[in-house]
Amino acid sequence: MKIIIKALILLVISVNLYAQKYTAESGAVSFFSEAPLENIEAHNNEAKSIFDADNGNIVFSIPIKGFTFAKSLMQEHFNENYLESDKYPNATFEGKIINFQKKSGEQKATAKGTMTIHGVSKEVEIAGTINMKEDKIVIDSKFPLKVADYEIEIPKIVFYNIAEEVEVSAEFTYKPFQTTQ
Amino acid sequence: MKLYFHLFLLLAWLLPAIAFSQNDLMKMLETEDQQPTKVSATFKGTRLINGHTVETRKAGTMDFIIAHRFGRVNEGAYNFFGLDNATIRLGLDYALTNQLAIGIGRSSFQKTYDGFVKYRILQQSSGKGAPVSLTGLATAAIIGQKWADPNRENLASSRFSYVYQVLIARKFSSDLSLQLMPSIIHRNLVTTNSQSNTTAALGIGGRYKITKRVSINAEYYYHFEENNPVDYKDVIAIGFDIETGGHVFQLHFTNAQSMVERGFIAETTGDFFKGDVHFGFNINRAFQLIEK
Repeated sequence: MKIIIKALILLVISVNLYAQKYTAESGAVSFFSEAPLENIEAHNNEAKSIFDADNGNIVFSIPIKGFTFAKSLMQEHFNENYLESDKYPNATFEGKIINFQKKSGEQKATAKGTMTIHGVSKEVEIAGTINMKEDKIVIDSKFPLKVADYEIEIPKIVFYNIAEEVEVSAEFTYKPFQTTQ
Repeated sequence: MKLYFHLFLLLAWLLPAIAFSQNDLMKMLETEDQQPTKVSATFKGTRLINGHTVETRKAGTMDFIIAHRFGRVNEGAYNFFGLDNATIRLGLDYALTNQLAIGIGRSSFQKTYDGFVKYRILQQSSGKGAPVSLTGLATAAIIGQKWADPNRENLASSRFSYVYQVLIARKFSSDLSLQLMPSIIHRNLVTTNSQSNTTAALGIGGRYKITKRVSINAEYYYHFEENNPVDYKDVIAIGFDIETGGHVFQLHFTNAQSMVERGFIAETTGDFFKGDVHFGFNINRAFQLIEK
């Protein structure tokens, strides 16, 4: 009997451990390309992410089709010709926040892992801030991204002017993960 | 027995405590609901070659279309293989909503004014969504040319003709799209008494992308017409789409000289296989008048 109680206690503890995962309830990703002829900006509110506060593991998945542009034709070309979203529907990041400390308040952090865009994977390190509150975590980051690193071709005869390096901004708000099972 | 219990305990404690790897987390993300997404860019432009595609531009976009059809290639070197004789259509299309577009045009061929209303009824989507895109098109054209016989009783209404189409297309892959175009043509005035004013046609066409920005297009209309008075031919067209950001350049060869539906579907006189082929192009320039 005693042993069963022990087992139950341990199970309860382990269930608690389970609850250390956080899922993004909102994820906003945008990028900005600054060029002499035209600045281009696109926003995406369909990004998803899960963060494991136990070990700092973090994953992001951003559907390419979720990016919206001011010019609709530009959006079509972004999907059709540049990112090829039919072939590569999501941009992903799988990695770990290396210096993550489980404490409330704001902290600077660095995520290290694999970024996959347009089917091309690269090892990257991204700096950002983590703000842990009672029931939620806010992670945000701003980082440059070289278009050529992900084999995204910018043809010479193109009437838009696209910067070789775009600035990516991301802001995610997480709440504790709840399994639906 | 007690040993088993302890083992069980150890397992129960260990299992959830094993940190989820990044891979597992990614799987958790991917198992979340995948919603069907709408298939976009079935064709690069709103025109396949002569006729329309299922595509309309997004709300607030105006398309300026400059189209040329030169003379026949088999006119030989004296007419520079047809390039000495050009017919032109200038057109303006405007998308009122993401589904509804209107357009007007003026062709030098028969001095024709034309206008259309185009409505996207259904858009193909991935997963369990619609398997095809469906667009309705209603066009009207007025021939502005002076009457061949001014002494005859010529009615203004005789200048009018109408073409109605249901465009059905499916993007089979990112490269291959095919389209069917059942059409009804009504001409208020036809050449002979024995002709019917209202006839039907069925078009078939498609595109195949050879690079990300270049595709090969083909288009054919079969015109169901009895008592064909002057041996009108069915229209055949083969061409390329070249897309460069805000422009789509379409270069093609076709046996039709007219660039309005009535003309190319029902009144094409050239025989494609005898070299009565016109070189032509459409230049589409999109302007976003109202940004999102």
